[in-house]
Amino acid sequence: MPAFQAKDAKQIGEVIAWAAAEEQPLEVRAGGSKRALGRPMQTEHVLDISALSGITEYEAPELVLTAGAATPLAEIDAALAQKNQMIAFEPADWRHLLGADGTKPTIGGVLACNLSGPRRIKAGAARDHFLGFQAVNGRGELFKAGGKVVKNVTGYDLNKLYAGAYGTLGVLTEVTIKVLPKPETVRTVLVPCLEDTTAIEVLTEGLNSPHEVSGAAYLPPNITRRSQAGTVAQSQGGVALLRVEGPEPSTAYRSEQLTDMLGRYGPAALLGESETERLWEALRDVRLLAEPPDRYVWRLSVTPSRGASVACDIARSVDAEYLLDWGGGLIWVSISATAPDAGADAVRTAVRTHGGGHATLVRAPENVRAAVSVFEPLPGPLAALTARVKEGFDPRRILNPGRMYAGI
Amino acid sequence: MVAMPAPDQAVLTRREEIIAALRQIVPGEGVIDTVPERRAYETDGLTAYRQLPMVVVLPSTTDQVSQVLRYCQQNNVKVVPRGAGTSLSGGALPLEDGVLLGMAKFNRILEIDIPNRCAVVQPGVTNLGITTAVQDQGFYYAPDPSSQIACTIGGNIAENSGGVHCLKYGLTTNNVLGIEVVLMNGEIVRLGGKYFDPPGYDLMGVLTGSEGLLGVVTEVTVRLTRKAPTARAILLGFPTSEEGGKCVADIIAAGIIPGGMEMMDKPAIHAAEDFVHAGYPLDVEALLIVELDGPAPEVDHLIAKVEEIAARNGAVTSRTSRNEEERQLFWAGRKAAFPAVGRISPDYYCMDGTIPRKALPLVLARMREMSERYGLGVANVFHAGDGNLHPLIMYDANKPGELERTEEFGADILRLCVEVGGVLTGEHGVGVEKRDLMDSMFNETDLAQQQRLKCAFDPNGLLNPGKVFPKLHRCAELGRVHVHRGQLGFPDLPRF
Ligand SMILES: Cc1cc2nc3c(=O)[nH]c(=O)nc-3n(C[C@H](O)[C@H](O)[C@H](O)COP(=O)(O)OP(=O)(O)OC[C@H]3O[C@@H](n4cnc5c(N)ncnc54)[C@H](O)[C@@H]3O)c2cc1C
Repeated sequence: MPAFQAKDAKQIGEVIAWAAAEEQPLEVRAGGSKRALGRPMQTEHVLDISALSGITEYEAPELVLTAGAATPLAEIDAALAQKNQMIAFEPADWRHLLGADGTKPTIGGVLACNLSGPRRIKAGAARDHFLGFQAVNGRGELFKAGGKVVKNVTGYDLNKLYAGAYGTLGVLTEVTIKVLPKPETVRTVLVPCLEDTTAIEVLTEGLNSPHEVSGAAYLPPNITRRSQAGTVAQSQGGVALLRVEGPEPSTAYRSEQLTDMLGRYGPAALLGESETERLWEALRDVRLLAEPPDRYVWRLSVTPSRGASVACDIARSVDAEYLLDWGGGLIWVSISATAPDAGADAVRTAVRTHGGGHATLVRAPENVRAAVSVFEPLPGPLAALTARVKEGFDPRRILNPGRMYAGI
Repeated sequence: MVAMPAPDQAVLTRREEIIAALRQIVPGEGVIDTVPERRAYETDGLTAYRQLPMVVVLPSTTDQVSQVLRYCQQNNVKVVPRGAGTSLSGGALPLEDGVLLGMAKFNRILEIDIPNRCAVVQPGVTNLGITTAVQDQGFYYAPDPSSQIACTIGGNIAENSGGVHCLKYGLTTNNVLGIEVVLMNGEIVRLGGKYFDPPGYDLMGVLTGSEGLLGVVTEVTVRLTRKAPTARAILLGFPTSEEGGKCVADIIAAGIIPGGMEMMDKPAIHAAEDFVHAGYPLDVEALLIVELDGPAPEVDHLIAKVEEIAARNGAVTSRTSRNEEERQLFWAGRKAAFPAVGRISPDYYCMDGTIPRKALPLVLARMREMSERYGLGVANVFHAGDGNLHPLIMYDANKPGELERTEEFGADILRLCVEVGGVLTGEHGVGVEKRDLMDSMFNETDLAQQQRLKCAFDPNGLLNPGKVFPKLHRCAELGRVHVHRGQLGFPDLPRF
């Protein structure tokens, strides 16, 4: 497929203005790590923006970083690490899951997909850290929104709109994000749980405690067996995991308190620094459900207390494996490749039955992603409003058309 | 003064008919048309601006809101939503030819869901009302604007309000899970719920902070935060604002995000101390209150670190609260800063810009110069953690021309904020107040793009017009696509 390699925002503007005039749809690409995410597109051209790379402003005490949209995440992580800071929303790395090992995820891609990680419950998602941007809209015009300071309400918060729009509203060229200090220490309290519903109780108790839990996950027995992390792998059944982060005296105290508090559910264990890091990274990147690669993988966001019920319902109607994060609010489900409609009906019915939420088909072959709604279908008035918003930013529908919804 | 859009004479002529139709939708006392009763709604927290609304409507159900909006859209009648009317930017300023839609009757807490750490409330519930309802269970609603006794959660959403704790706990937008909104065409949409990150475009995110221009919020699901077991504060005094600013930067560079970090300049310190006798040092140029909250071992550990950083940065006063009473006393002066300034000046005007923190000494110095030039005093309180500055300009509205001079002074301060890399407003919103300054931060293309979003929600521009945008463009004009067909205009662009 022919690719335009734009070297700056101005050239992006020229390509888009041409594409708009000629009604030529464009696939917008930076690192290319998430090309297998979303609905397949029928575009004849690729707009490659990978040249828009590099950190332009970073002053650690201001908690703000500005970079070209195609700056590799690894470069940003490295710069932040030098100042003991981090991207606090813990963006997931789905390269392995999506069969894109070797590609380089970029900050723009992370923001455009509104990624987050286990710390979502405490620190928010990409949307919550996206402060400002420059972008080219579907008319080929370069414009800016937001600012380069952490607190700003001047004009509409278009950052929110662009976070999770999958590049369908414009091409980000420069982005400003909020960054935060890295916690000095981190620990995990592991509580053995035989039942999913007990696990939800444990996670809720942890999250509702004053101990500022920054990760709350449950791995059922079939998943713990697969884990690389020693203590988790050794546990004979399911485990609830609670992470605390902060200065040493604080994490020592809080993990001890949690261990005491939850001891009645079973003998709690404390995981050290390196095991904790490997474990939450594996959770963040969905490694425990990545194999075998032909299974469908779904990501569900639901009411936390209903997480176990949703997962059980799904497992009752299709061949499914799952794990819970966000205290039950995030469910990762892997479904057999033989399931009809990739298990969409089972998944979405379960979500609807238990208080609502939404499900995304994160991994499936292209033909399946073309046939099954990858993103949660929107009710009528909301779908119409969504189409009007698209119209306002990309009236010719040339930017990643159909990636999220048909016609958007 | 900022001018509002010219009233639609056709609507004013039909006033009686419109009121009768609205009474059909909202019966009884829900439609207010007498002058004395309407007077109560003529201004909000920006009291320099006043306008009697054509009629006030107080709906009590989502269905009524939907019918009112649909009627208004069909009849080309403008609508201004209103919560408690504490906006400091004139966001709820009525229009002569508009319906003022008061949301006060939406005052019920619908559900408290502790297992899911959230509450479902109606938009007219006050910010503090949410915390009051859940504090017995050890929870609170984190964003805490100083107006929290009075302001409503609907208004908070419209303004994306913050408070002294928002560096650590986030603004309104980071603490809302779901909303129900009525669009100008009467359609009711639900965005989000008790789960994270609504599907599709994050329209909830963009409605938050949209200053009542995109839709009327009729229900809100907020996140609840567990109250920290301990909080302690340190009171620090510095001979210069440079040293105070450096201390703030060093605290953050040391990896500490305090629960609250507030700075005051000399005029603000004196006004506050004279008023509440908090024991503030009077011989310093900058006073810093740093509050650490969390489990006791963490708070004690961090307090010691902050004390050490402060000493290194030349703090001449350093006092750490030993008990809750003392902590409250440290805050008492800061919390009373606005009324304290109100005591020493007949009137004051509260500004709200954000700057990169490192620019603080420069901004304060330039502000002092301006203060002399305009002949008006200014006191500063500063959310030091996030760079949000609140200069309070002191003036006397009874002196001819002084309000105008104050507005000019304020505008100069905000332009300065933008010049040093900051923004026009950190939490109070653009409203009418800063509307005509928008072009100091955004160019025509930026503003046109924002207005195209407005068109998707309200194509006839009937919801809260005259706010935020300096120029009103017709959606048809904004939506036009100019096609320049022809050759690819970039021969040197590599294509592979
Ligand atoms: C003494 C004082 C201290 C303050 N301190 C702070 C502070 O620390 N931090 C801060 O951020 N702000 C502060 N404010 C500003 C103000 O309180 C906030 O902006 C608040 O959120 C406004 O809420 P309200 O209910 O009074 O809204 P209103 O003033 O009635 O309206 C504000 C805006 O919201 C819109 N609106 C109201 N309800 C709805 C609804 N249901 N649907 C759609 N739109 C709606 C209105 O149209 C208007 O544009 C302060 C104000 C005062 C007077």
